[in-house]
Amino acid sequence: MEMPAPDPAILAKKPRLIERLQAVLPADAVIHNDHETRAYECDALTAYKCPPLCAVLPASTEEVAAVLKICHQEGVPVVPRGSGTSLAGGALPTADSVILGVARLNDVLETDYDNRIIRVQSGRTNLSVSGAVEEEDFFYAPDPSSQLACAIAGNIAMNSGGAHCLKYGVTTNNLLGVTMVMMDGTVVKIGGAHLDAGGLDLLGVICGSEGQLGVVTEATLRILRKPEGARPVLMGFNSSEVAGACVADIIKAGVLPVAIEFMDRLCIRVTDEFSGAGYPDCDALLIVEVEGSDAEIDEQLGMILQIARKHDPVELREATSADEAARIWLGRKSAFGAVGRINDYMCLDGTIPVTELPYVLRRIGEMSEEFGLEVGNVFHAGDGNMHPLILFDANKPGDLETCEAFGAEILKLCVEVGGCLTGEHGVGIEKRDLMGAQYSDADIEAQLRVKDVFDPGWLLNPAKVFPLAVTEARRLGPPAAA
Amino acid sequence: MLDTLPGEAEIADRIRAATGPLRIIGGGTRSIGVTDGAVLETSATAGVRLYEPGALTVVAGAGTSLDEIETLLASENQALPFEPPRLGNVLGKPGNSTIGGVVAANASGPRRIQVGACRDSLIGVRFVDGRGDVIKNGGRVMKNVTGYDLVKLLAGSYGTLGVLTEVAFKVLPAPASRATLRVTGLNVADAIRAMSAALGSPFEVNGAAHIPSGEGGQPETLMRIEGFAESVTYRLGRLTELLAPFEPVSTEEDPAAISQIWEQVRDVTPFADVEGDLWRLSVKPSDGAEVAARLPEAQLMFDWGGGLIWAIVPTGCDLRAAVQGIPGHATLMRASDDTKASLGVFHPDPAPLAAISTKLRSEFDPRGTLNPGLMG
Ligand SMILES: Cc1cc2nc3c(=O)[nH]c(=O)nc-3n(C[C@H](O)[C@H](O)[C@H](O)COP(=O)(O)OP(=O)(O)OC[C@H]3O[C@@H](n4cnc5c(N)ncnc54)[C@H](O)[C@@H]3O)c2cc1C
Repeated sequence: MEMPAPDPAILAKKPRLIERLQAVLPADAVIHNDHETRAYECDALTAYKCPPLCAVLPASTEEVAAVLKICHQEGVPVVPRGSGTSLAGGALPTADSVILGVARLNDVLETDYDNRIIRVQSGRTNLSVSGAVEEEDFFYAPDPSSQLACAIAGNIAMNSGGAHCLKYGVTTNNLLGVTMVMMDGTVVKIGGAHLDAGGLDLLGVICGSEGQLGVVTEATLRILRKPEGARPVLMGFNSSEVAGACVADIIKAGVLPVAIEFMDRLCIRVTDEFSGAGYPDCDALLIVEVEGSDAEIDEQLGMILQIARKHDPVELREATSADEAARIWLGRKSAFGAVGRINDYMCLDGTIPVTELPYVLRRIGEMSEEFGLEVGNVFHAGDGNMHPLILFDANKPGDLETCEAFGAEILKLCVEVGGCLTGEHGVGIEKRDLMGAQYSDADIEAQLRVKDVFDPGWLLNPAKVFPLAVTEARRLGPPAAA
Repeated sequence: MLDTLPGEAEIADRIRAATGPLRIIGGGTRSIGVTDGAVLETSATAGVRLYEPGALTVVAGAGTSLDEIETLLASENQALPFEPPRLGNVLGKPGNSTIGGVVAANASGPRRIQVGACRDSLIGVRFVDGRGDVIKNGGRVMKNVTGYDLVKLLAGSYGTLGVLTEVAFKVLPAPASRATLRVTGLNVADAIRAMSAALGSPFEVNGAAHIPSGEGGQPETLMRIEGFAESVTYRLGRLTELLAPFEPVSTEEDPAAISQIWEQVRDVTPFADVEGDLWRLSVKPSDGAEVAARLPEAQLMFDWGGGLIWAIVPTGCDLRAAVQGIPGHATLMRASDDTKASLGVFHPDPAPLAAISTKLRSEFDPRGTLNPGLMG
């Protein structure tokens, strides 16, 4: 993955830039020594690293505005950063960019149970948003597996999803408003505790814009009352195809579980060894979770199990206690970590129409043989959001490149069957050059025009999302006037 | 996806050849703004392109009638989650609502509080922009973060960014069973408190409305639950307990009566024959009582737990001025053209946002061809 060469003129003005930034921020909020900037050299796509020119950690919207104004005047690119858990390289810096981290913006500003909203600063972690309303039995629904670490800022930028989004939707469906600082330092407030936009839905296009339109400093989020209870059931099958067919039948029957998660043999084995979840030895495993009172759960699980039995399961295990429920989820929730322990891997994120699951799984298996790299599959089956994990050896010359080529083929397959390149992780640098597989030149141009409006100088996270060649003229265009 | 869709090339040609403004019309039942220009219809794009019940997705030409889509989904016991309203009656614009019009207006009914607005179920669009270029965004899968989300931007853009030619939705199973709980005699503040209590419970209330002069002129506060039969019965019981302080509470379990109640709320039919201007406000639910206090002469109806307010006010009355300072927005839905021109149909955005919206419009429609001036 190529990144644009740093601009020597910007590198040369580092001392002046640091001095100006130090004038608007506390001393410890401007990080510019080489050994310290390394902490910001990558996100969770660790194959790509580059320390930034410097990193800043503002603690208020005003400080963010002051930083952006300076960078705008100096024509310096800015890469916003939440917790750095992006799997797509969304927060990867270039050597001539400033990392703007929002980690110090982590306060809860308002909780309002009557109106079912919470207002937080954007650096607050996803899980701690739910934590802030737990006492009243409320929660914030989108739950990425990285929720202990990832920030609301990153969730908004990537429009992140989670295991329970089949029922509750992804970030954009739970976001009501933001305070955002534009690249020139202007502060805008969009949306709020009321629903929907009175004019154009700017909030809708800001969510998922990967830090390219503005720096989000505050967010108003929808919170929900916790269900009375939840119970998962684990189902083992003899083939991925059969498991896929079972998913389609459950959905068609009109039952809508909160989650339907899928794992194939490789992932079952690895996560079981790692977590001791006690998974059965089989080709495909589904975890289906439903919510409600005990009686409601019994009613729904009854229907689901009846459907599952028609597909010759090798095992059906209903959780009978909180402890058993936790054990069923344990392996799934630690899947990425477990695979990471045995191997280097690349995690893909394409989405396909649920009906294409059996075909796509078979093709991935065939391609795995062609490329000579193993693949594990673990994903949100209810909505077709796949996560093929391609195993490779980072120390073996050429392996990363083979892995990337294999990954690209899988993503193209997803698009071919009617799906998309990324369901929740974002494009970042990782899928940047594949955008043409999904979108025509005109489709991409329409998106670039949106960026032109919000950030005419193309200074915010400029080398992401779109193929570099396509954005070159805009990125290298005349810098915004001082 | 096809390279061209029925009717799409013709729409693109019309736009490219246009020398003046075009007025875009789907079914014409939601045309609330004032624009002139030659009429551009979307009817040639009509037709369902794909329906996969097992994947919970439907894709249709923008000119397809809403009726056709809802009938098709019902044949598989599915439905559009957001319960699109039919406003032709209350707006005095009879006709056959199209799905493209629903999207262009981001029209969403009572269930919006639980499952989101039209824009939340919308997963893909194709449209022709003001340059005559065909653009697609999103697709036909539920989870998609590939590039910017222009799907949301197009929803509710009233044809000012592009002419929609195709739309794709996530659909949901239709509820097997439903019930409605009714509290009579509450004032607005208590009604909103009751609805907040219900919506903040774990019992999945997916409709919460208050009609100050309901059946027999009595105020009625209505709450709906849907799902499998046993679950509905259970939740109905628990909610009745929860709302006991707001008595008298009664329940409605007759399916026909329930449909009628919620269609009324959805389509605002009680205001169809009431004289005066019709406004639609979106506010924080707990601000609903303050809105009512500021509008003593208005007739009101509340949906979305109090957050969506329909108001009939004397003709020409500037409702926005009356509710000044309450966060949210107010749209002038029905009034004379003069009133619409002087007060503005859409809520003015604060200056920096208005500047962004204006620039977006001029990027998508540089010649100002598509419904010019409609939204600002
Ligand atoms: C083990 C693991 C599991 C994961 N599981 C999931 C999952 O289940 N679902 C899912 O969707 N994702 C998942 N992810 C991906 C990742 O956690 C999400 O993309 C997350 O939202 C990133 O948040 P962050 O705060 O770490 O953002 P970062 O990585 O710091 O940044 C992500 C993007 O957001 C932008 N950004 C950051 N802050 C701002 C701001 N203030 N304003 C504007 N833009 C900003 C950045 O520029 C970048 O483009 C997982 C990652 C890991 C490592």
